[in-house]
Amino acid sequence: MAVLECHNVSMSYGKNTVLNNLSFSINAGDYLCIVGENGAGKSTLLKGLLGLKKPSQGHFCSSDGLKSTDIGYLPQQSPAQKDFPASVMEVVLSGTLNSHKFSPFYTKADKNRANEMIKTLGVEDIKDECYRELSGGQQQRVLLARALCAAKKVILLDEPTTGLDPLMTKDFYKLISQINIERGITVIMVSHDINSAVNEASHILYLGNNSHFFGTAQEYRESELGKKFLGGEPLA
Amino acid sequence: MLSSFSEMLSYPFIIRALTVGILVCVCAALLGTNLVLKRYSMIGDGLSHVGFASLAIAYALNAAPLAVSIPVCIAAAFLLLRLGENSKIKGDAAIAVMCSGALAVGVMVVSLTSGMNTDISNYMFGSILAMSKNDVILGVILSAAVMLMYILFYNRIFAVTFDESFSTATGIKTGLYNALIATLTAVTIVLGMRMMGTLLISSLVVFPSLSAMRICKKFKSVVIFSVIISVVCFVSGIYFSFVFSVPTGASIVSANILVFAIVFVIQKIKDR
Repeated sequence: MAVLECHNVSMSYGKNTVLNNLSFSINAGDYLCIVGENGAGKSTLLKGLLGLKKPSQGHFCSSDGLKSTDIGYLPQQSPAQKDFPASVMEVVLSGTLNSHKFSPFYTKADKNRANEMIKTLGVEDIKDECYRELSGGQQQRVLLARALCAAKKVILLDEPTTGLDPLMTKDFYKLISQINIERGITVIMVSHDINSAVNEASHILYLGNNSHFFGTAQEYRESELGKKFLGGEPLA
Repeated sequence: MLSSFSEMLSYPFIIRALTVGILVCVCAALLGTNLVLKRYSMIGDGLSHVGFASLAIAYALNAAPLAVSIPVCIAAAFLLLRLGENSKIKGDAAIAVMCSGALAVGVMVVSLTSGMNTDISNYMFGSILAMSKNDVILGVILSAAVMLMYILFYNRIFAVTFDESFSTATGIKTGLYNALIATLTAVTIVLGMRMMGTLLISSLVVFPSLSAMRICKKFKSVVIFSVIISVVCFVSGIYFSFVFSVPTGASIVSANILVFAIVFVIQKIKDR
């Protein structure tokens, strides 16, 4: 069943259309990478999928009954967060809030979930440290732990490897495919890095300024567009 | 020193000022941390000027001052916190416009009706004598309500302050909690205005949080520590003002500046 469907969606800022007539659907357990040219609307599409911005035409829907409380999200870091005084635990715990209906305080189960995610991402030893004093890679892991606390079915990532060195990037991709395979969580990632995207993801959505491509990673490799952007050499 | 302190406590008007003042300080410090981190440090200034204008109008119409200024300030706080998101006037410019605009309206109303009377100038610079018995009761009730709401929604307020788009995307009603922050801020500012004066109230919001943020590493400890700083500075400010007969608001702010300077030095030494 489709977790998320996108029907003839167009999105625009004022009169400026950044995304035109896009349709695709993602099934549970898929790993989709959204790649494409600058200004082709990758981040805008992500905002649409998250419900932060309404499409100007068409609509998003889910035949699987996906609610926003089932979603985890790893945003790009905002400048305000860089000097935010909060411990790692406080940040990760805040991800569990979306499963609360009315109860104002964290439950034992919330704390266990947060601890589990902290363990999964290997940030146990910095649990009580201040978020603003961590390195970029550590901050990214902490935010991913928070996103996992919130994610029950789907996790969306907005250029998660920006600012990470190659080694950390590799680690990060490994973590994400682990989450996808072991936890069965659907992954939707916006990425700059087409080569890694094709290797890691099961599906590719390519947004060009004039044309779109949607299909499996294999299909993308064999397509004209794919050959052009991957440098003509099919990857092993 | 002890004898002058107990002498100070023998005046009922000082007891009234201390009661409401400490409660308002706690509220301002709680909300201040969120406002500073949300980049709304100047909101106290903007709202207190709106408060001044609404009080001037209330006097001109012979209406109850707080009954007019609380709703007007809440409306202004909504406008400011909303404006920041999707308007072409950015947060800081909106506050600047609101400050000078409201001040102008207030002064116009005052000069067209009664001329500068003492009540209005008290509001500008603050006076602990301005507290009546009814003010105390209202102050206690409202600040208790602010504290209760803050504690109940503490975790959500933290989440919304730390990352608004994450909260919205994962199904938290961000708009509702932003509205809550706006309302609580407006109520706190209106209550604190009488004592600190329009011109000094925003320091009550900003200073304790800034000092606490320099040395604390957890959000919870920042909040708790800024409440402590706020109350200590308030009480010592009142005492100083009593002993040396200087304006209350100014001495409270001076105490806050001193604490900020001390914390700044401590942190610089620690970092070396």
